[in-house]
Amino acid sequence: MIIGQIIANGILMGFIYALVAVGLTLTWGVMDIINFAHGEFLMIGMYTAFWMFTLFALDPLAALPVCIAVLFILGILTYTGIIKRVINAPGLTALLATFGFSMFLKNFAQYLWTPNYRYINEALVSGKSLGLGSVVIGMPQIVAAIGSIILTIVIMAFMDRTRTGKAIQATALNKNTALLMGINTKKMYAITFGLSGACVGAAGALMSTFFPIYPASGALYSIIAFVIVALGGFGNIKGALFGGLIIGLTEALGGYFLGTQFKYALVFLIYLIVIQVRPKGLFGW
Amino acid sequence: MVKNKKALFILIAVLALLPLFTQTKALLNAIILLLIFATLGEAWNLITGFAGQTSFGHAAFFGIGAYASAVIFYRYGVTPWLGMVLGGIIASIIAGIMSYPCFRLKGHYFAIATLAVAEIIKQIFVSWNYVEGATGISIPIIHRSSGFAQRLFYLQFNDKLPWVYICLMLFALVIFLCSYLENSKMGYYLKAIRESHEVAEAIGINPTNYKLYAMIISAFISALCGSIYAQYILYIDPFMMFSLDISMKIVLLTVLGGIGNIYGPIIGAAIFIPLSEFTRIKLGGSGTGIDLMIYGLVIVLITCFQPKGVIGIVEMLANKYKRQKTGGEGKIEATS
Repeated sequence: MIIGQIIANGILMGFIYALVAVGLTLTWGVMDIINFAHGEFLMIGMYTAFWMFTLFALDPLAALPVCIAVLFILGILTYTGIIKRVINAPGLTALLATFGFSMFLKNFAQYLWTPNYRYINEALVSGKSLGLGSVVIGMPQIVAAIGSIILTIVIMAFMDRTRTGKAIQATALNKNTALLMGINTKKMYAITFGLSGACVGAAGALMSTFFPIYPASGALYSIIAFVIVALGGFGNIKGALFGGLIIGLTEALGGYFLGTQFKYALVFLIYLIVIQVRPKGLFGW
Repeated sequence: MVKNKKALFILIAVLALLPLFTQTKALLNAIILLLIFATLGEAWNLITGFAGQTSFGHAAFFGIGAYASAVIFYRYGVTPWLGMVLGGIIASIIAGIMSYPCFRLKGHYFAIATLAVAEIIKQIFVSWNYVEGATGISIPIIHRSSGFAQRLFYLQFNDKLPWVYICLMLFALVIFLCSYLENSKMGYYLKAIRESHEVAEAIGINPTNYKLYAMIISAFISALCGSIYAQYILYIDPFMMFSLDISMKIVLLTVLGGIGNIYGPIIGAAIFIPLSEFTRIKLGGSGTGIDLMIYGLVIVLITCFQPKGVIGIVEMLANKYKRQKTGGEGKIEATS
């Protein structure tokens, strides 16, 4: 029955990866910018949850809206301060701006809060678990996965059902045409960046109960998120969701069958294989 | 054919004279790293600047070169010079194997694929006992009383000066090669592929083959740099050699120096390597990360206010000068 346990772990992890990737795929798809600072946004989300817990004794679940708000604002500030200036620059300049910004954020966190690992041990969900037959799942993981699913659905609904969401999609398809239709594309870009931040803010709060929090904690997830986004197809939220699940499962099963040291190698290998069959990702067009 | 031969010779002569003005180890170290990274930048420029295929995985070739020379010296005592060639060949073969399937991918999908390949290679090296896995390899030091000939043979010096000239020699060879390639048939083909894959194909260029040649040459040069780097710092481990940071450093200094231009990498390296060394020496010891914080901020500021890179500033100044010289009636070039 250990297989059941591993699959359950993989799926739960997959949903969390998906939420991180949804944030990334938004900016990538709409603005065609690879945001290298995405992992650092996640790290700041985790730190926000940590400080809310330490200073105000606010449970990470209760701090979820705070994390979302903080990262939404950070996203908008990143857009207005940096991205707006480089978005029309040739080639890889925009990417390098986000790379420099990620370096700044990572080391700023280290400067302010030292490189020490920090944990949230006494959250509402800590130490509890749920047994389903022989499969035992930790409560933090379940809550995080459910939170991720809800938020992903909310983002999907927002993009498909609301006027702003449709305007963002129009901007992604063709910026100039959208501008002619009376859409304020700059505002749409700012909102996209804010939403992207909000996603990782939520992911950070949800992950803070079972992951160590330190300045480089986002770095690994950002590389995995790149692969998930490319696997699903740039700008495709459904793709990010399925990509996250595939990567989560690959990591769990690969770690079990091949040894944990190869699990990330397998994750990247899966990407290379899938991309041979679907050169623009699973849901790309 | 090599155009601008004079400019290249002047550049190399200036670089060769630089060490004569200083005996400071920190400065010589900065010059050595500058030359290694400028050479890496030239290699990356071939595939990304000329052929337009963004690679985020050049650390893979760099690391393979470093490991090839380090392993055969560490295991069998074979001269690193041989290891260098071996590393270049292995890196080229891997570039060939990975490129063929990857070249079907366009734009960012290709970039992420190269990143994935580099990560896979890193994971393999981390758990490969033959190359000492995650522990890394400390390259054995040869006896203190060895003569210069022996030191040259085993590529270990007790002084930084020989390193400057070895790196300069490699850099000179590579920049001449790149200049030659740029003005050769292959260079024009690569640029055509960069501008439009479909059009290039329509006029009878085989894009896959030419991209493959560019990738193989690029991987070979990167591996040579890796070998030299490994011999210079005498210790390597997979996390250091195959890290995304190395790949991004190459991208960074080439793009901000001027992508698609053979002088770009050296300009970028001349600014960013001393900057990172200087902030590291002055502030790195505190362990607070403030040095990298400043470095990151400088990158953000440059990209925000001079998106065309440093070469953009140079062009701007040159235009201004031209206009002044012709009394304000000079042709003002259209800026896109």
